[in-house]
Parts: sequence; C-alpha cells; structure tokens
Amino acid sequence: MDKGLKKTILNISAIGLLFFALWLFDRYGTEYHVRILNNIAVFIILAVSYNLVNGICGVLHLGPNAFITIGAYTSALLTMSPAEKKISFIIEPLIWPLSVIQVPFWMSLIIAGLVSTVFAFLISYPVFRVRGDYLAIVTLGFGEVVRVLCNALQGVTNGPLGLKGLKPYTNLWWSWAIAVITIVVIQRLINSSWGRAMKAIREDEIAAKAMGIDPFRHLLMAFLINAFFSGVAGGLLAHLITTISPTLFTFFLTFNLLMIIVVGGLGSTTGAVIGATLFAWGSEALRIVESPMQIGSLYIPGIPGMRMVIFSVILMVVIIFARKGIMGQREFSWDWVFAKIKRKHT
Amino acid sequence: MNFQIFMQQLINGITLGSLYGLVAIGYTMVYGILRLINFAHGDLLMVATYAVIYSMALFMLPWYLSFPLAILFTGLVGILLDRVAYRPLRNAPRISLLISAIGASFLMENLALVIIGGVPKPFPRPSLFDKVVDLYGVKIQVLTIYTPLTTIVLLLGLLYIVRYTEVGKAMRAASRDFETTRLMGINLDRVIALTFLLGSSLAAAGGIMWAMKYPQVNPFMGIIPGLKAFIAAVLGGIGSIVGAVVGGFLLGIGEVLIVAIFPGLAQYRDAFAFMVLIFLLIFRPTGIMGEAIVDKA
Repeated sequence: MDKGLKKTILNISAIGLLFFALWLFDRYGTEYHVRILNNIAVFIILAVSYNLVNGICGVLHLGPNAFITIGAYTSALLTMSPAEKKISFIIEPLIWPLSVIQVPFWMSLIIAGLVSTVFAFLISYPVFRVRGDYLAIVTLGFGEVVRVLCNALQGVTNGPLGLKGLKPYTNLWWSWAIAVITIVVIQRLINSSWGRAMKAIREDEIAAKAMGIDPFRHLLMAFLINAFFSGVAGGLLAHLITTISPTLFTFFLTFNLLMIIVVGGLGSTTGAVIGATLFAWGSEALRIVESPMQIGSLYIPGIPGMRMVIFSVILMVVIIFARKGIMGQREFSWDWVFAKIKRKHT
Repeated sequence: MNFQIFMQQLINGITLGSLYGLVAIGYTMVYGILRLINFAHGDLLMVATYAVIYSMALFMLPWYLSFPLAILFTGLVGILLDRVAYRPLRNAPRISLLISAIGASFLMENLALVIIGGVPKPFPRPSLFDKVVDLYGVKIQVLTIYTPLTTIVLLLGLLYIVRYTEVGKAMRAASRDFETTRLMGINLDRVIALTFLLGSSLAAAGGIMWAMKYPQVNPFMGIIPGLKAFIAAVLGGIGSIVGAVVGGFLLGIGEVLIVAIFPGLAQYRDAFAFMVLIFLLIFRPTGIMGEAIVDKA
C-alpha cells in the first residue's frame, strides 16, 4: 500500500475514533464533560487559526477578541426570531433588515465568519502598514473600538444589555466538526506555497521580499482566515453561553489564546491543539483555587483572580525559560509514530 | 457654548493631557532604548496609587511623605519588572519580549486583585487640593492647576538629566547603538535600570494625580490611561521626551473638547484615541516630533 493512501486511511480512522468517543460522551457523559469538550473544541478553532497569524507569520496580532465579538453578535442576531428581537430590544428597536431576518444556525455561522472577514479587510491597511509593537497596539485598539461600538450602537447590538436567551444550538457535533475542518484547512494552507511564504516572512521579511514574496498579500491572507474562523467560533460561543454582552469577549480572551499558543509552541498547529485542550481542561480544574474550601475545620475563602495569576506566571515562565513551548515548531505526524513503533520492535 | 464653558473644558483637557504626558514619557524612554512597548507601564499607575493608600492607612504617613515614598516604591517596582521580565530576553526575538510584557501586565493586575480585592477603594485626596478658585467666572479646582505645573517641572528636571548629565549621555548613547555603547565601557544594564526607574517614577506621579482627579482605585485602573498615554507617545513621535508631553496635551485636549463640542459623541470617547492612532499610522507614522524609526540590529 502506498504511503499517502495509508496516511489518509489513518487520518480518517482517527477522526472516526474521535467522533465515536464524542458519541459516547454525548450519550453517557455528564453535563460537565460535555461543557468541557465543547470548550476544548471552540478553543481549538480559535487557537489553531490564531496561531496562523502569530506563530506562522510571526506578527503579534492582539485583536481576535474583536472578531469573536463581531461573529457572536452577527450569528446571534441572525438566529433570534423576529418576536424575540422585539422583546429584547427595549431601549431602541433593532434597525430594519436585521429585525425581520431569521436564518438557520449553520448559515448564521457562515455569515458570522464572513462579516468578521469583511471587518478584518477594512482595518487591514492601517494594521499592516506597521509591524511589531505597533501592530500589536493597533489590533488591541481595534478590540477596544469594537467594544465601544457594541455599547453605543444600541439599534444593532442592544447596547450594554446584550442579547439574552439565545437557543443553545451549539453541541458536540457542531463544535467538533468545525474544529476538525479548521485544523484541516489551516494545515493544508500551511503546507502549501502560501504557508511556506508566510514562514519566510516570519524568518526575515526583507529576504522574503527579495525572493519575490509580497508580505502584504500573505499577511492579509492569514489575517482574513483567522478573522473568519474567529467569527465562526464567536457564533458557536454565543449559542453555547446563550447570553452575550459587550464586555464578554475582552482582551482577557486574547490573553488566554496567546497563552495557549505560546505554551503549545508558537508556530505549531499540534501545539495549539494541545494548548487549547490543556487550557480548557485546566481552567475548569483550577476553579478549585477560586472557590472556598473546607479542609477539616479550616476554612479557606475563595480567591478571585488566582487563576489568572497562575496563568500569567505560566506564560512568563514559558516565554523566559522554555521559549519553544511544548511542541516548538514541530508537528504531529504518522511517520513519527511509525518510527517510534519500529524502534520498539527491533 | 459660551466662552466660560469653553475655558473650563480647555483647562480640563490640559489637566488630562498633562497626565497622559507624564505617563507617555515612560513609554517613550523605554521604547527609545529597548524598542519595546512596556505593556506593564500603565499598571505602575495602579501600583503607585495603592502604595499611597496603604502607606497613609497603615503607617499614618502624611501625604507629603507618602507621595514621594510611593513614587520611589513604584520606581523600584519598575526596576524589578525589567530585571524579571525583560532582562532575560535581551537577545530573544521581539515577539517574545512583547509577550513577556503582556504577561507581566496581567500578573501585576491580577496579583493586585488577589492581594487587595476587586472592590474599588476611595483615594484619600488631601483637602489642600480640593479648593476651588474663581478666575473671571471660570471655576477651577486647585488640583487642575497643580497637575500641569507638576508635569512641566518634572519634564524640565528630566530634560536636565537626559541632556546635561553623564548618565543622561549614556542613556542617549544606548538609544542609538547597544554594541558601541558597551564598547565605551558603559554598564548597559545599569543604564536600562535607571531608565526604568525614571520612567516608572514619572508614571507613579501621573498615577497619583490621576487618582486625585478620579478618586476610585481598582486593580485594572491603569489599563486605559496606559493605552492612551502610549498613543500620546506615538502622536508626539516615539523616542522624543518633549514629543511625549506635547502628544499628551494634544490628546487630552482633543478628547475633552470633542465631547464638549459634540455631546452626542460622549459614548465614543474611548474610541477617539484609537482612531487618532489609526489615522496617525496611515498618514504620519513618525508622529509630530519623531525621527524615522530605525530597527536596532
């Protein structure tokens, strides 16, 4: 059997196995398990696509929370029924075309991704005129502008009240199917000539330019793809949490994503997946440190903020002492697995 | 809008702008030497205000002792920040340094949250600053006069240090070329530590005056002033100390006057600074007084 076919079969069976495991959890797992699994999938979508900009292209983009917010609002406004919208928008009625439209969940996700992409395209010119620290601040500033707009444009977003009572459409199948699609699309892009050009820009932009690579086009591509998947993930999150408000997706979320990809290894999709899994599981497990504890007769009050202290210490320790993270820039591959197995047998 | 209201708003803008300016100096000094946006700089405002609150509440210090102590303490925190978060990464890629800065910023905010708690605390403003002066019908709080004056005095002092002293010369040399500066027998780490000390002390002074103007103190109070001060530094031309103060004044006055002239835009106030930044980067990325930014090898 030739190698390509073998790998395809292995990939498909691995995905099959994953969905079988999900089916088991869906059927027999507790609500707690399902929630963690959903979070893992959403964070995989966000981290893998975020890694395309930060890890593969090597520019520090700090605004994915803006695109997540845009996606969440778009998707939520599209799935609510006209009657629900009429009840929700108390202060100012929703503007006309949005107030009567209602589309199925899958279509709202696609439109959410597209709207995010359009916004990304609109700000791409000022963003990619600069590099490094400036780019970081401009993208961070865009996140702030989106938050301000969400608060102010009451006719579209319902202002600080947010949108409540969304239908919990997001389930394990939606979130994991999209996570798998994200990984496949991004991996194919990274392994194409586009991906190699992006890595060349990361290593040395001037040298890449001299080889005939247009940095703007390639960075824009990564930025737009990241915005699309962030928007879709925002739609998933909106229908997972069922309530959204302007202060829900702040810079905290971006910080968490940054930590995921740094710990996993900047530039590695496998690392992003591992990081997302560890984070989604870890932030639930670490809830213990923020809730009050009773050990025998000793009562320890919960300390809010302790998780973020632990996370920021982890981020700094990794970036100072183990800059490569868990995976470095390596990826998981079947060849590596075969080599391991072979070595064991001989 | 009549003349008196206009003057009132203009003075408000000048006060706000001088605060942005003070904080922006720290950004611009660190950027000049390390080519790094010190994301944790804004949080030093918060450190200074809590230092004042605690020194006044725990040790019963009067304000004229507590303010300088808090400023000194914040300066030392700035040195510690450089030592822990930035010095190990001197030869690392730029993106690692930035990520470390963001990590340090979150660490400071959340440590404050854990130690002190998230409930906003009132800032004990000395009653001396509460007085109101009536100037031809324009009512001015004494504080709003002291703030820009303090900024100007501190700016002159800093300019003296940077332009006419040995260490100032070393700092200017380090902002040009690391290697050559080292070859001249200058202890670079000490110069950088001094830069952090000066920048952080000025941020502390800004933070204390900020807390007197808006006397609600919480662990996240430094984020927005920090970001806006950074924009002020870019507006003035990053790397230029005078530029930072000019940028601060322009941003502060612009922000206040726009809301005063178009009250309908009040909700968008926080977005104004970022719009300025975006247009600035499109049309004049070097700012008002800046030179073209050269990448240090």
